[in-house]
Amino acid sequence: MSLSININSLKPLSASVPRVETQLNWNDYFGAFKVRWGIGRNSYIVKPGLYKVGKPNGESDVMVSANYKLSFDILRKNLDGLNSWILVLDTRGVNVWCAAGKGTFGTKELVKRIKLHEVDKLVNHKKVIVPQLGAVGIAAHEVKENTGFRVVYGPVRANDIKPFVDAGYKATPEMRRVTFPLKERVKLIPVELVYGKYFLLLVPAIFLILSGFSLRSYSFDNALISGGRAITNLFGAYIAGCVLNPIFLPCIPFRRFSLKGLLLGWLIASVLLYFRLLGASVIEIISWFLIIGSISSFLAMNFTGASTFTSLSGVKKEMRLALPLQFAAVSIGFIGWLITRFI
Amino acid sequence: MATLTYLKDVVTLQLDLQKCNGCMMCITVCPHEVFQLKDKKAFIQNKDQCMECGACEKNCPESAINVKSGVGCAAAVINGLLKGTAPNCDCSNTKGDCC
Repeated sequence: MSLSININSLKPLSASVPRVETQLNWNDYFGAFKVRWGIGRNSYIVKPGLYKVGKPNGESDVMVSANYKLSFDILRKNLDGLNSWILVLDTRGVNVWCAAGKGTFGTKELVKRIKLHEVDKLVNHKKVIVPQLGAVGIAAHEVKENTGFRVVYGPVRANDIKPFVDAGYKATPEMRRVTFPLKERVKLIPVELVYGKYFLLLVPAIFLILSGFSLRSYSFDNALISGGRAITNLFGAYIAGCVLNPIFLPCIPFRRFSLKGLLLGWLIASVLLYFRLLGASVIEIISWFLIIGSISSFLAMNFTGASTFTSLSGVKKEMRLALPLQFAAVSIGFIGWLITRFI
Repeated sequence: MATLTYLKDVVTLQLDLQKCNGCMMCITVCPHEVFQLKDKKAFIQNKDQCMECGACEKNCPESAINVKSGVGCAAAVINGLLKGTAPNCDCSNTKGDCC
């Protein structure tokens, strides 16, 4: 009779858990910069599973995170000096809040990971700390029913974790509130620009080509003069909708993003008009006001998705009116501009 | 910084006081302080601040909260219209980058 022993079962479970550093290196920061510009954003992932920070033991906290590397890096950076476990859920490389909205950062996945990684054997308490924004996908009472683990909702932002733990797992109202400060809004500008890259480049290209046409012939000089003007004007609309709107969001009048964008677009158009760049005739000037206004309005409206306070009901209500008007205005503007090519 | 508020009187959030047991879970998970505790029960104090994320509904053990949750994202609504589905922003899709 032979006695077989699984060597691994004799080792403490924790020995096989990889340890991660709390200091981010140059590569981590460069990676973060790249994904902000949309480079490799869909494959910026860490392997789902269990990790440790410092020298955790059976008393240590279990922090739940998403497998988007940007989320994971921010968490481990803020766990510096704490001994804890990190349980990374498979969210397909999406951050906690967005993944929770889609349900990948959800009850099912958390229950599965708690069981799969035998968290009950790792720690002698029955508590996991989940970022508050994960609550969109996780039902705390269902996790408790299925695993016995109590979900404690941590602060919204990872940099509040230490004060949260020190206060006996209590979050202040400030830690629970989602804000949208200038710094956050500016970080989202590159994504806004990259998101529409094909459209944003295609439109000026069309204008440039069409600029050469006139009644008599096709002129490259016309293409350059009038096309160059078109590119300046369109670029102005992009700046208004994708850059100025995020930066000045709280200070711009109107609640509707489409109106904020329209106002900024017309502001830019007025500046261009003042410098005699907008158009050569009254029809062309009016056409550009319509085109710049509607493009800027549309781009600003798309920023609702990046903002942290717009409801779906509100966005739908706004779009029902704005979308047809934007479409009508840009069409009339485009026809007007075409007409000026031939008179 | 002043609190950012979106459109007024559009939010679908509803609370059934009969079912509420005062566990305060909705107050904990809400990112916009929409709820408050009043007479040992939840109370919607700031409805226009609600962004319909659905965290409160999901975490209410008594199913006392109802909200038509979803992403407040214009691009997602357009995506949904084009594909004939619910608003979906495809943030995690393998093709193309999005919000």
